[in-house]
Amino acid sequence: MNVSRRTAVKAGGGAALYSALASIGFFAANPAMAAWKKDWFDAKSVPDTLKAMGIAGTPAAGDITITSPDIAENGAVVPVGIASKLQKTEMIALLVEKNPAMMAGFYEFASDSLPDVSMRVKMGQSSDVIAIVKADGKFFMAKKEIKVTLGGCGG
Amino acid sequence: MADPMRIRARAADGVIDARVLMAHEMETGTRKDASGKIVPAWFIQEVTCQVNGKTVMSAQWDPAVSKNPFLQFKARGKAGDKVTVTWVDNRGEKRTDEASVG
Repeated sequence: MNVSRRTAVKAGGGAALYSALASIGFFAANPAMAAWKKDWFDAKSVPDTLKAMGIAGTPAAGDITITSPDIAENGAVVPVGIASKLQKTEMIALLVEKNPAMMAGFYEFASDSLPDVSMRVKMGQSSDVIAIVKADGKFFMAKKEIKVTLGGCGG
Repeated sequence: MADPMRIRARAADGVIDARVLMAHEMETGTRKDASGKIVPAWFIQEVTCQVNGKTVMSAQWDPAVSKNPFLQFKARGKAGDKVTVTWVDNRGEKRTDEASVG
């Protein structure tokens, strides 16, 4: 029996999400088989990152909350939380605008999961952090400035 | 084998709040060591989070994530559920740890 097809049927309207996730190997039995999205992580500017992600134009504002200190004393460890209240949130990406590699990471959520994550990132200098959220097939964006007193890229 | 992750998960009102601390250098690949040689990039690339064996969230990271990564995530569930977290790094090393939800 094809278990993954049963999962897709159960997901009901989640067929598009399923195929998008399957294309990045979300359902791969061995996590190491999922291809790391190098082109997303290589983009060096916000417009290039949006283009690599397949986003046309600028994402709209949405009900996205970024939780972070206004001033981070240690740029090596800056806590950033992102929570999305948008319906059918599938993906949250975090960009640190002034870092040499802009995208710190992205998260993909199963259909009834809760899109609320918190992580710690290195920031080389004071910068905006930008959250890009994909919800119900559309993209949204939020940003917040974080001032860094001691840069954290080890340079 | 890498050091174990520490996972703490608590449930309230049907929502699990899970906090994970992973042990990993997360080398950016731009740092030089004492002799001036570049330390190669070595970082967790993928993280998969499951509740009772069902994947609720998966992530891809680059080395901008801080050393000894901390990740907090939420999921639907209750006390007694099992949270499992797996990471894979760019050398192909991996680590899976689990914890019961309190």
